[in-house]
Formats: sequence, structure tokens, C-alpha cells
Amino acid sequence: MKMEKYIRAPLDTETISSLKAGDFVYISGTIYTARDAAHKRMSEALAGKGALPIELKNNIIYYLGPSPAREGRVIGSAGPTTSGRMDKYTPALLDLGLKGMIGKGRRSKEVKEAVVRNGCVYFAAIGGAGALLSKAIKASEVVAYEDLGTEAVRKLEVENFPVIVVMDADGNDLYEKTAENRNDG
Amino acid sequence: MRTIETTEITKQIKEMCIEANYFLPLDMKRAIEEAKDAETSKIGKHILGKLCENMQIAGEDMIPICQDTGMAVIFAEIGQDVHFEGGYLEEAINEGVRQGYQEGYLRKSVVGDPLIRENTKDNTPAVIHYQIVPGEQVKITVAPKGFGSENMSRVYMLKPADGMEGVKRAVLTAVKEAGPNACPPVVVGVGVGGTFEKCAVLAKQALTRPVQEFSKVPYVREMEQELLRKINETDIGPGGLGGMTTALAVHINTYPTHIAGLPVAVNICCHVNRHVVRVL
Ligand code: SF4
Repeated sequence: MKMEKYIRAPLDTETISSLKAGDFVYISGTIYTARDAAHKRMSEALAGKGALPIELKNNIIYYLGPSPAREGRVIGSAGPTTSGRMDKYTPALLDLGLKGMIGKGRRSKEVKEAVVRNGCVYFAAIGGAGALLSKAIKASEVVAYEDLGTEAVRKLEVENFPVIVVMDADGNDLYEKTAENRNDG
Repeated sequence: MRTIETTEITKQIKEMCIEANYFLPLDMKRAIEEAKDAETSKIGKHILGKLCENMQIAGEDMIPICQDTGMAVIFAEIGQDVHFEGGYLEEAINEGVRQGYQEGYLRKSVVGDPLIRENTKDNTPAVIHYQIVPGEQVKITVAPKGFGSENMSRVYMLKPADGMEGVKRAVLTAVKEAGPNACPPVVVGVGVGGTFEKCAVLAKQALTRPVQEFSKVPYVREMEQELLRKINETDIGPGGLGGMTTALAVHINTYPTHIAGLPVAVNICCHVNRHVVRVL
């Protein structure tokens, strides 16, 4: 049965193991944003050219490049970008302690293996619902790679940020389920 | 001969970039709302409901519908009796994009070189398609295109013997491969015929047709209807999480082609299928 769950970020092992593909989850706490260019830089840092800009351990990375905030607002439109472009960089980050990812779309076999190996979780947020999703973001601060503009790394405080578990720590993948075993009557 | 100031073009383009990113065309909005009512999958209905809420918030609070406010694609149909005065037309168009993306709080998503990848920081240049037409009017379409769905678009150089069945297979293959990545429900623009580049432009233009307005050519209309039905049987559904609403429309545009070829382009657009049209 599909469940609604309220969780906190950063994640802990107990929370992760309670999450199953298909669950509706509301995240509160601190998460970080990084997309294509930030992943490339983090991977260069890991290759020996510098330090990682954020602590990965138990954290969630949201694949997001927001639109600019109007005066007096926290952030602009803030929906997920396609996760698959990060696949090349993701297994290394998961092996270093990253526990959760928020994006949209399919992941590679290598990512799925790293998710299972490290007990992680992949969430989808609704693609193209950036205005709605921005409402759950209460604070936003650029913490690294400011020169990348929208692609900078941001620290976000979120309150009941709505996502759906696509891939759980057992490797179940909601995108691969059919109507019958999605339990979606 | 009619004279148009290029500053007027800049002003119009600026307004159109902003309008497109905050308000979906009425036909798109209605199609999403109708799909929400018809959807039988619970999760699909939930997601379509959220998309309706999202459109409402975007317009009321002036937050772009989607954070990917796109690369600006512009169709400029220029009457041959029009004379432009002031600056260079292409610069005037790009200046409109620059001002629109700046003043409209839209995301700057363009890199100046595809491999060096430095952001131009003003979302220029636009991709501009010019057409010279009879008369003394200028018709401009601004269609900001998101890349989640653009990346899932395809060109197939089929053989004449592949025929209609080959075209249908190509469209279904592209939509299935796109799956959840293209932010379904999608609108599928298809270009058939012409040359390698012509079919891609036809497909892009097809996305700007009002949704659910079928082709006037009987056999093309039948293909559009059949493909829409088959795409919605894939169970990809809203958000790629299952349901009967995978596509809101399939639009096919055709053009004469060479005796040796059958080019087919499938341009996929997400539910944020933005376009604003103005005639000056
Ligand atoms: S594909 Fe469309 S809806 Fe999805 S993120 Fe890109 S622009 Fe937004």
C-alpha cells in the first residue's frame, strides 16, 4: 500500500530502510542542490584538485537549478532537473556517504547498484511543478561555486517538501512497475 | 511598404518571453485540466492535480511555471513588404530575449559554446527561424524550450519502404525512450519529409499548433489520432509514474521530400509547452 511519510534531512539509516518505492514522502530539514556543472566540479575535486564543497555524509542532493528569486522572496521556480545526466558522477558520491537524491527520470544500472550497495534512496519530485515546489523551500543560501549562477551549490531549508520514492534501498524501481503491481487502483 | 522600428520588435519579444513563462496557452491549460478529470490512475490524477495547482501559483504569485525557462526559440514570419528601421533585426530580437529574461526573473540557461560551456548570463542567443511571407505584417512566435524534453527528441532517416508504419514506430520508440525524463504528459511534435534539418524544424513548429487541433490532411489526422491512442496505452503516465495520460497531443507536419528518403523528426515537449504568438 502506498504510504505518506514525514521525514527529516539529513537522513538516518532507520528512516531510509523504512522507505519503499511508491511512498509519498514529505521532507523537512536541510538539503543541498547540485546539477551538471557542480557535479563536474565535485568530481574534479575528488580527482585531487581540491576539497568537496559540502559534507556528503547522510545528506540529500537535489538536482535543481532554480530561476532567480524576486525581491523579498527565498527562491524562484524550483523543480527537479533530469537525474540521468548526473549518473556518471553519482556512484562515487554515494560511496562517500551521500544518502539521498531528488530529481526526475531514470537512473543507470551503476547508480542503482550504488544505491543498493550503500543503502540509499532516490526520490522524484514532480517535473515541471517548480512554482508549487518553491513553496516548500524556506531558506536558500549559495554555499559553493557561486560563479556557476543557477548551477551553484545551494543549501536549502525545506518544510514538507513533497517527493515520491522511485528507488528504495532494496533497488525497487517505481518506473519499472506496471499498473498491476504499482497497487494503483 | 511598411516600416517597423526594431525597438518595437525588442519590446514585443521581451514581453512575450515573460508571458510565455508565467502563463500557458489556454488550450494547453485546458488540456491538462481535462486530463486530470479523465485520468484513472490515482497517482496520475494526483500529479495532474499538482500541475494544475502549479499553473495557478505561477500566474498568481508570478513564479515561472518551471525553473527551466528554456532556450528561446523564435519563429519570425516577415512580410516581404516590411522594412525594418533602427538596428539589425537579429540584434533587436536577442535584445528582447536579454531584457525579458532579466526583467522577468527567468533562468539564464544558455552556454556560449557547447563544449567550453560558459553561461552567457542573459539567455542569449535565441534560436531564430525566419520565413519571408507575402504581405506587410510580422508574425512572431516565442517558444521557450526546456531541455529535459528536448534531450529526448530524435531524428530518424527512414527508408521510403518503411512507410507509415515506420513513422509510427519511430514516434512510439522516441516517446517510450523519453519515458519519465521528458516530464510527461508530453506534447509530441512530428516532422515528416523534407531534409535532415527541415523535418526537425517541422517538428518544432508542430508543437506550436493548438493542442488537440488535428491535421487537416485526412491520413495525417488518422495517424495523429492512432499515435495519441497508442502513446496513452504505454502506461508511462503523468510524471512517468503510470496512468493513461502520457501525451496530450500528437501533431504531425509534412513536407515534400526526395525519392530516396523519409526523414522523421520527433520533437518532444513537456506539459510546459510554452508559446506566445503576436502579429505586428
Ligand atoms: S522538461 Fe519541461 S517541465 Fe520538465 S523541467 Fe524541463 S522545461 Fe520543465
